[in-house]
Amino acid sequence: MMAYHEQNSDKQWTEVIEPSTSLLNINLKEVWRYRDLLFLLVHRDFVTFFKQTILGPIWFFVSPIFTTIIFTFVFGNIAKISTDGVPQVAFYLCGVTLWNYFSSALTATSSVFKNNAAMLGKVYFPRLIMPLSIVVSNLMQFAIQFGLFILVVIYYVFKGTIEPNWWILATPFLIALMVAYSLGLGMIFSSLTTKYKDLSMLLTFGVTLYMYATPVIFPVSVMPENLRPLVELNPLTAIFECFKYGYLGAGHISWGMLAYSTVVIVITLIIGTLVFNKVEKGFMDTV
Amino acid sequence: MSSNNNIALSIDNLSKQYRLGQVGTGTISHDLNRWWHKVRGKDDPYLKVGEANDRTKKGGSDYVWALKDINLDIRQGDTVGIIGRNGAGKSTLLKILSKVTKPTTGNIKLNGRIASLLEVGTGFHPEMTGRENIYLNGAILGMTKKEISRKFDEILDFSGVERYVDTPVKRYSSGMYVRLAFAVAAHLESEILIVDEVLAVGDAEFQKKCLGKMGDVARGEGRTVLFVSHNLPSIKQLCKSSVYLKNGTLQMQGDTESVLMRYKNDTRLIHSSANAPLENGYFLIRQIDITPKDDKYEIDIDDDFVISLTFDCKIANKSLALSINIFNDEDIHMFEAFVPFANESNSEVKSYTVKISIPGYMLNSGEYFGSILFGEDQTMVVMDLDRVIRFNVEENYIGTGKFLRRMPGIVRPNISYVVE
Repeated sequence: MMAYHEQNSDKQWTEVIEPSTSLLNINLKEVWRYRDLLFLLVHRDFVTFFKQTILGPIWFFVSPIFTTIIFTFVFGNIAKISTDGVPQVAFYLCGVTLWNYFSSALTATSSVFKNNAAMLGKVYFPRLIMPLSIVVSNLMQFAIQFGLFILVVIYYVFKGTIEPNWWILATPFLIALMVAYSLGLGMIFSSLTTKYKDLSMLLTFGVTLYMYATPVIFPVSVMPENLRPLVELNPLTAIFECFKYGYLGAGHISWGMLAYSTVVIVITLIIGTLVFNKVEKGFMDTV
Repeated sequence: MSSNNNIALSIDNLSKQYRLGQVGTGTISHDLNRWWHKVRGKDDPYLKVGEANDRTKKGGSDYVWALKDINLDIRQGDTVGIIGRNGAGKSTLLKILSKVTKPTTGNIKLNGRIASLLEVGTGFHPEMTGRENIYLNGAILGMTKKEISRKFDEILDFSGVERYVDTPVKRYSSGMYVRLAFAVAAHLESEILIVDEVLAVGDAEFQKKCLGKMGDVARGEGRTVLFVSHNLPSIKQLCKSSVYLKNGTLQMQGDTESVLMRYKNDTRLIHSSANAPLENGYFLIRQIDITPKDDKYEIDIDDDFVISLTFDCKIANKSLALSINIFNDEDIHMFEAFVPFANESNSEVKSYTVKISIPGYMLNSGEYFGSILFGEDQTMVVMDLDRVIRFNVEENYIGTGKFLRRMPGIVRPNISYVVE
């Protein structure tokens, strides 16, 4: 029997469950095998969001519209912050739409372990599916809100107050960057909060503060020259400016800034994936 | 070697350590210390501490071994029952096998796809219809959409909820809900299946169907099944061999009959001879025994059983009595059996044996503890043996068609009724 056992242990095993695997051991093939689950989770989020609501998808419009109205009133009319000559409504709606996606995707991703502990404690599936499904689900909400923004842009184009340019072709790339960034940051936070809950408190007001370091309610051009590098360190700055430049024809953009954000975001995503992969194997014991 | 000797699952020196108490300020310092040892190429300093998982005793260290050095080979096509008291490590073993948590040391080698049912209906969303939930739950359990579509009719047929397939599951009765959930799980395609007490679901008819399906899975389809349950009768019915875990260690592996025998013996004998002195100036306890009817090893709900006590009496010419007090697992005092076994004129220095007979259909199924008090003149306690007896009363309600659940209440009389 013993001899047979040893002979077996050399080759036949299809899988081995071991204490800890190396940091780089990420099974992307397995994630691909579970792609149907990703699709079904997104489907679930979408279907269940509107169940038993009367207004349905209209709710997606409510938040950006009201935020834009308030921003226009407070920052545009009272504080009189410049919008680079762009109509205030279009300017704020652009920032709000983008920011809504980033902040909701980041917040949801960063609590993925806590919110799904019951399910994750009972069944194994590649854990990466969970944050992926969150950023994709949020993308649908973004698509609807982005549609609203496009309508506003078209209105102002007909009025002749704004002129979009070819930079709008960069939209898919910019969205991909934003998805990658919220996914990467979200995974880092979700991994750390399983053990150190303090970080979820930090994140709550951190996200609010982060908005003011991102050109959501102001264009980069109004920043004093000596503070500008600080804002440009933020990888979201290039994305927001690029969007505004493409659709509204205002703001400034350089290839260097865009390349810089891309590099930072890719690094964030890689670190996030590694940390997440490391933590998910043992999180049930600490969460 | 013949081909049916193939090992489907091999567990090698498996251990799992948990940290007790709060994960708090101490955590970072332990983490840093652990990291510092790792950097220098040394072993984890906290792996050396820790003790056997005995919840009743307060340990000195913050770490505890939920599983310790488990070695186990399971052959392909076997249905193996895993038994043990609460806290023996059954759930931890299942969690490691399900890859929900990872082992601390050791490994498990698998031959074939593994699927585990620690719960039915994981990920079911109340707002979604039966159809949507079948797909989502199937995908969570590891099926592809194509696989689910292929098996969809079979799943629906097995569940018996065809009429409600496009109704949100929140409108289902709890019976329909679990039937649908079990149906998805029962149609998983995997070579190794791990099942945790999910059988006791639905009505009697459906329970029989589930048990039948489990049997088919093991026998007909040649799959390997690990089955964890507290319901010993269903283990006996389904599993040829069994594994007995106690305090995180493997006590015994063998055919179900003898493993259950050992388990029963362990769970119902004197359990605290170390804590309570079994001798004092008055008495020396020789033996405490519990004998179910007909030399069976389990006490069924309808069986009378006997608690017998053999002791030496060291004094003469006293009025002596003993009482056996039975408590349930919630510490409710069930009853006292009072035995005045000697009076001033007839008590001697000699060995006595006292047997009390406890009728069937009185105690409900569950775990019970017994304490023994010796008294003089019915006023003075001369020996107090706290919790020296432990036994379980079993009732097999799964699949009997009589009723669907453990009867509530602390007593379990056999109520007769007349329908006119």
